[in-house]
Amino acid sequence: MPRLLSQIHRLVRTHAFRLATLYFAVFAVSVLGVLVFIYWMSADFVERQTQATLDAEIAGLAEQYDQRGLSGLLQIVAARSAGDRGDGMLYLVTNPDGHPLAGNIAGWPEGKPVAPGPLSFRVSVKIKDHTEIHPAQGALLVIPQGYRLLVARDISDAALFRERVKAALLWAGLLALCAGIGGGAVMGRSLLRRVEEVNRTAERVMGGNLSERVPLRGTSDEFDQLATNLNNMLDQIERLMAGIREVSDNIAHDLRTPLSRLRARLELSLLGAPDAAAQSEAVRAAIDEADRLLTTFNALLNIAEAESGTRRNAAEPLDLAQTARAAAELYEPVAEEQGCALKLDVEPGIMIRGDRHLLSQAVANLLDNALKYGGGEVTLSAHQHDGRAALEVSDSGPGIPEGEREAVLDRFVRLEPSRSTPGNGLGLSLVRAVARLHNGTIQLGDNHPGLTVRLEFAAL
Amino acid sequence: MKLLVVEDDRETAAYLVKGLSEKGYTVDRSGDGREGLYLASSGSYDAIILDRMLPGMDGLALLGALRAAEIGTPSLILSALGSVDDRVKGLRAGGDDYLVKPFAFSELVARIEALLRRGGAAVATTKLRVADLELDLLTRSVKRGETVIDLLPREFQLLEYLMRNAGHVVTRTMLLEHVWDYHFDPQTNVIDVHVSRLRQKIDRGFERPLLHTVRGAGYSLRASD
Repeated sequence: MPRLLSQIHRLVRTHAFRLATLYFAVFAVSVLGVLVFIYWMSADFVERQTQATLDAEIAGLAEQYDQRGLSGLLQIVAARSAGDRGDGMLYLVTNPDGHPLAGNIAGWPEGKPVAPGPLSFRVSVKIKDHTEIHPAQGALLVIPQGYRLLVARDISDAALFRERVKAALLWAGLLALCAGIGGGAVMGRSLLRRVEEVNRTAERVMGGNLSERVPLRGTSDEFDQLATNLNNMLDQIERLMAGIREVSDNIAHDLRTPLSRLRARLELSLLGAPDAAAQSEAVRAAIDEADRLLTTFNALLNIAEAESGTRRNAAEPLDLAQTARAAAELYEPVAEEQGCALKLDVEPGIMIRGDRHLLSQAVANLLDNALKYGGGEVTLSAHQHDGRAALEVSDSGPGIPEGEREAVLDRFVRLEPSRSTPGNGLGLSLVRAVARLHNGTIQLGDNHPGLTVRLEFAAL
Repeated sequence: MKLLVVEDDRETAAYLVKGLSEKGYTVDRSGDGREGLYLASSGSYDAIILDRMLPGMDGLALLGALRAAEIGTPSLILSALGSVDDRVKGLRAGGDDYLVKPFAFSELVARIEALLRRGGAAVATTKLRVADLELDLLTRSVKRGETVIDLLPREFQLLEYLMRNAGHVVTRTMLLEHVWDYHFDPQTNVIDVHVSRLRQKIDRGFERPLLHTVRGAGYSLRASD
């Protein structure tokens, strides 16, 4: 019982409930309005119709009296009163004392004043083998010399009709009320249930389960849209969390080694007899080691920054062709010194939205890799096609076996033959992060022989 | 030359004061933003070296207040915040240069020297001259003695920067930033190759070399050894 109470209490406090209540109030007021209007229209209509009939009848009989005198009137009234014509018309002509002379009403209604105007009274009506008391509505005409003409109509049918309408409207109102309450409750509950689903998911996510998602109904209504957006947000958060975890794992793993090497080198220089030359050599080596560490550290931070997508100026329009040419110009002397041919195949004016510094660094890293590990003929090309901007760096070196192409994009991954050359295995990771930050793609392919790295972005 | 170092980390500050004093500068030090602003407001310094995160008053706020008071002492911001956005923020706040921690001391000295020169001689020149090497900014031509030297546009910019800082050390990072406008470290020493190409063109065949490599620091263009 207390559980039910608390459930009701909770329901009452929800926005859905308030919405349903408001909906219901508006609904009830309008239904009530419609019902009252229907009742008023139909009852009033019947009453006015009766009154009009009576007025016309009186006017007609008065005319007859004017033309044919009292005896004529009595004849007509007697004729009209004879038999049941089914229209419920009642007539009565009395002398000045109220004694009936003709008509189908037994006598002057008891206690009713003799005054012109509408008159409501009760009349006993003979139906088959019994009599009933029926309500009647009449009009009185006082003929000169005090004779009275009463024309009336049995309004039991009208009264019955009114009662029926009243009952029907009452039932209709009750039915509408139930429908309103029911509809409100269903609406409230279904809203509440959808919101509850979102709440439960959020609670589970807060509880540490980042893989939870809000269930979809497949109706693509606004709740599904909300759920989709929330799920996308959760995907993004999960990706970022995974990125952070990976970075800290990498740092723990790959920075510890050079740090301990640095420490060992400094410690060694303190061992044995002090030798100024050897010591300064050791310090210089330690500084070099520290510089390399810093480079690695900066590269990691750069990648993390690009991956988390916090760089908001990744949205300024820039010319990818110009970025490519500038990077090529920076590396051209290096290529020449290494005896590589650096070929440029760049279509002018390829506008994309992006971060100039990060894209420059990505292109520089690709050229650096191509010259360092590939060699031979290195080609940098940039083209625009079907709304896509593509930048490609290819070399004619040994290439990367198909199975390992995905792996080299990860941090600190260096393939066997290249381990001896200087480098930290972060170059391609940054390129991938930059591509992702720009909603682009990175693809490693075969250049027969050599490696082709292709970046694709949406062109402006 | 009088320098102000505003840095709250004792060890870094001591290292800066010691190193800069050895280079012949008079160095004042403050470990607090407000005190730093007070000292800097005197306007008696030739350059200010400023940490970003300071107690009392943030380094950028300090710079803002200083610039608002129309004190234009050249300032170098030292910071552990190294992203391009952070640099841009620092330079917008009124900093003249931005150096990310940790840094090589030679890099710092080279940058301070460049700042001091910028503060002094802002005279518009059309010709730069070092010994018998002459660079004409208008015709964009270079001559050594009577020999005309053909340079590619980037080599011209490189030489111009070196000549504007003639007699002083410029680091590889400074060259990358000022000549190429790149704010990252290329893994290969691309700058060395560019400089050696330039050296081929301006020094080859001449008795006295002008473009010198300074070990562990960078390069220097000067008349004597």
